[in-house]
Amino acid sequence: MGLKEKVLTKSMFVFHLSSGSCNNCDIELLDCLTPRYDLERFGVVLVGSIRHADALLCTGSANRQCMPRIKKIYEQMPKPGFVIAWGACGSSRGLFKDSYNTTEPLDEIIPVDVYIPGCPPKPEAILAGIKKLIDRINSKSKE
Amino acid sequence: MTYMAKALEYAFLYLIFPGFLFSSAMGLLIGWIDRKVTARIQWRVGPPWYQNFIDVLKLLLYKETLVPEGVSKTFFLGMPAVAMASATLVSTIILVINAIPQKGFIGDLIVLVYLLAMPSIALMLGAFASQNPLASLGASREMKLMLSYELPFILSLVVPIMKSGYSIRLGDILIKQANNGSLIGSPSGAISFFVMLLCIQAKLGFVPFDISEAETEIMAGAYIEYSGKALGIFKLAKAIMTFAVPIFLITLYFGGIKFSPVGFIKTILQFILILVLMIVIKNTNPRVRIDQALKFFWGPVALLAVLSVALAYLGY
Ligand code: SF4
Repeated sequence: MGLKEKVLTKSMFVFHLSSGSCNNCDIELLDCLTPRYDLERFGVVLVGSIRHADALLCTGSANRQCMPRIKKIYEQMPKPGFVIAWGACGSSRGLFKDSYNTTEPLDEIIPVDVYIPGCPPKPEAILAGIKKLIDRINSKSKE
Repeated sequence: MTYMAKALEYAFLYLIFPGFLFSSAMGLLIGWIDRKVTARIQWRVGPPWYQNFIDVLKLLLYKETLVPEGVSKTFFLGMPAVAMASATLVSTIILVINAIPQKGFIGDLIVLVYLLAMPSIALMLGAFASQNPLASLGASREMKLMLSYELPFILSLVVPIMKSGYSIRLGDILIKQANNGSLIGSPSGAISFFVMLLCIQAKLGFVPFDISEAETEIMAGAYIEYSGKALGIFKLAKAIMTFAVPIFLITLYFGGIKFSPVGFIKTILQFILILVLMIVIKNTNPRVRIDQALKFFWGPVALLAVLSVALAYLGY
């Protein structure tokens, strides 16, 4: 593991984008910052601007209103940047699968690196997801 | 030849010790203390000690630096450099004068006051250059904040100047304190130290005065368009300021850094005292609005500063 991977995996600035979620996922994300789970231990911080971010965390089912905005925000992220699809909605539209308003799942709009399943995901699942992302960054750099 | 030697000496002082390298390393370490203490106050574990180094390394080495379309590149990318250069200069001047009080020049205190304001001004200009509406909102808040804290800041700076027999050389203030005991012991010095503590809280952009970069309302405000290297340099400048400003206070009120073994430990304790005071203020107060900050600094704080000046004039 070189310096680059170490630096990228140990200091993850996350930008939270809600693309029409039912708000449960967003609350669960805040749970991860509480004393019980404390994501800052691993260097994960929430940032206010996409320009500072290393990871775009997308909650919600990517409805039609949000689609162009998601694309735009993805393009505004400085690379290398990763995308985390959060919750059943983010991964596959979840229970909004047949809705007129969600025509495409998130991973057909932008490339997704990790999926964190659950409706909403438990904080433990989130920690596991972060681990998955770290593994992915490491294996990506080997290629 | 002597010219060359002098230039080399200054370059070493500025770039390596106690300038850029040393100050930024210390600043990043202090940033970690801040994060760790905050985490402990909130009953969390907090990040490991090298966290801030990794953050800055990542931004400086591996992240893309984006420049928004139609933005003056020189201005947008030059301002972080200005901020860092002046922050480094501040810490170099303060530390060198602490080591060798005779090395200062007449009016170095005034120069320091201007240099201490430079990072905020650079941030403001950079934010205006980025043409983002939220950034210009943040910049205008930063400007108002500066207007509000500079008044009590300069007023309370008058106290050390008066106490050292109206000298605007940092060296004289140090020598005077070495002979007559540190300023914090006198009533006027204590009050002006307290005022100063509140002012630097705003100067460093700590909560409750982080109005210009309020993450939750204007999304990092003035920093919003900065990414990669530019953001990393701003972070470094801020780290250097967090290191230099408490030292500035120690120089003015505690008689400077002492280099005897016992004195050095005392200095470190004073530094930690100031730092922890700042962190506790930061963690126990919610962010204020800009008008509240203005009222606060021009009202009670400025009055306190005037009081300390009056006391110093009367000789207390
Ligand atoms: S995954 Fe479940 S909890 Fe999360 S936004 Fe969708 S419906 Fe809500």
